[in-house]
Amino acid sequence: MTPSPRYMALLMLALLLMLASGAACVRSTDSVDSASGASQRAIQNKGSDTLVNLALAWAEAYRELRPDVAIAVTGGGSGTGIAALINGTVDIANASREMKDDEVEQARANGIEPVEHLVAIDALAVIVNPANPVNQLTIDQIADIYTARITNWKEVGGDDAPIILVSRETNSGTHVYFLEEVVRQGDSGNSDIFAPQTLLMPSSVGITSEIQRNPYAIGYDGLGYVTEHEKLIAVAQDAGSPFVLPSVQSGSDGSYPIARGLYMYTAGEPTGSIADFIAWIVGPAGQQIVADLGFVPLPQE
Amino acid sequence: MTTVQSPPPGAPSRRPGEIVIEALIVLAGASTVIIVALIFIFLLREGINTFLDIPLRQLFGQRWYPIEGYYGLLPLLVGTALVTVGAVIIAVPLGIVAAIYLGEIAPTWLREILKPLIEILAGIPSIVLGFLGWVALAPIIQNLGAPTGLTAFTGSLLLAYMSLPTIISISEDALYAVPKEYRDGSLAIGATQWQTIWRVVLPAARSGLVIAVMLGIGRVIGETMAVLLVTGNAANIPAFGPGMFFSPVRTMTATIAAEMGEVAQGSLHYNVLFGIGLILFLITFTVNWLAARLVGVNGARRSRGGLL
Repeated sequence: MTPSPRYMALLMLALLLMLASGAACVRSTDSVDSASGASQRAIQNKGSDTLVNLALAWAEAYRELRPDVAIAVTGGGSGTGIAALINGTVDIANASREMKDDEVEQARANGIEPVEHLVAIDALAVIVNPANPVNQLTIDQIADIYTARITNWKEVGGDDAPIILVSRETNSGTHVYFLEEVVRQGDSGNSDIFAPQTLLMPSSVGITSEIQRNPYAIGYDGLGYVTEHEKLIAVAQDAGSPFVLPSVQSGSDGSYPIARGLYMYTAGEPTGSIADFIAWIVGPAGQQIVADLGFVPLPQE
Repeated sequence: MTTVQSPPPGAPSRRPGEIVIEALIVLAGASTVIIVALIFIFLLREGINTFLDIPLRQLFGQRWYPIEGYYGLLPLLVGTALVTVGAVIIAVPLGIVAAIYLGEIAPTWLREILKPLIEILAGIPSIVLGFLGWVALAPIIQNLGAPTGLTAFTGSLLLAYMSLPTIISISEDALYAVPKEYRDGSLAIGATQWQTIWRVVLPAARSGLVIAVMLGIGRVIGETMAVLLVTGNAANIPAFGPGMFFSPVRTMTATIAAEMGEVAQGSLHYNVLFGIGLILFLITFTVNWLAARLVGVNGARRSRGGLL
């Protein structure tokens, strides 16, 4: 038995219709997303991988408080979140660095005025394998290591072995912060960049796993992501300053030199449920979660 | 289908349904060509600024660090070349030998078991293999003495494994398409099985084998997720020598995947990522064109059997 051509034609037509309706469905969900004020609408929250666990914890806790507000959290990196804000596809962009001037310009060119909200503080930990005898480094030494002016551990008091540099990808706010505040030591006239042999990891887990299995690797990550399988390096601002281990305490009192703000950006001043959410985050309940996850809470007035 | 091919005498020669079907089939056939053309036009439109706005000297510079305006593509080209060459060196001999075993030597019952298994291998998502490579393969490479397990070689091994099903299946089909009479004739004049395979079957299947290798290369060059996880993504040009396979590299595909999410649409960085896509497209195109030249269009026609 062979199907008649007419039957086949009908089948093809049905297939085409299915495809077309599929496309229509995709379009219609888009329009629901962009229609503001609908009560069932999810707040789209995207960006920094440093912030993603914190943002998820906030979203979960907030859902218990306000079950009517759904919050969709995704990571991808600060650059990714900011790009999404510029392109108008998210409500809140998470960033572990401040927006750059050219990003603000791009947003304005798209008719979006980004508004910054400081939501937590992060101490950036420099980490090595526990088998590495090196315990402390100055910012100067770390900068020299990441620009390959120092390439062997023995130059900073360790074993005679080449240093394996590990970093986040360039779309990570952590990467950009580390570049500006550590590699360039906050000097805007300094145009040093990471040595080309730096391994660029697509995630925080990529960094910690390489540190865990490679005794001669050095990496950096938010304090909240460091586990007992990596060793924290005590950091000194310069040769004359004390070496300080990163912690919630040393991050909030300012004695640890590599601490930074974590931000949320909204398109324009937030209103409605987004404004409520951010107000809750910077309030005591939201900041308690910050401390619970190993980040540094904002000082509460 | 054969029943509708010749209408009985007296019936109208072409019914409307038939015309519709025929048009749809033509459309389906043409769609591949149209889609490829559209992709090329899109890449060209989004990526052409790469070559207009950045001086060539800078474009072929040794430094890739786009957030600070370093757009040297050389490390990425070298990275892709190293990973691809490594994978081809591993996969092609293995793949063709496996196909010879399956097609010429293995008993039928074993072939019936092995062939579907190999095809299942082709269905494993690359991200899964990449993850396995990251957690299992990389530590092994590191223990072999490399400063880190995330190297071009790690990527090559994974990609070789990934391209093997393609190479084996198509090579085996090519061998299968060699007429049985060739083998019979060769054996009848006293050649051993090895001589028959090496001197008769392989040369006869040459064009199909070249196609198998080229499709394998295509799979390797275009693969993204696995290399993103295991090659370390350092935009570094390793010193020339055998050791370069054991250095971390950053491939073109991994660069696009890692950075596409971060760029603002319409920025120069965005254009450059599409420019890299354009270069990849041209490389694949060249590989296919070379394959066609190498085989010779007539050669391909003549020696391929029902399956190719």
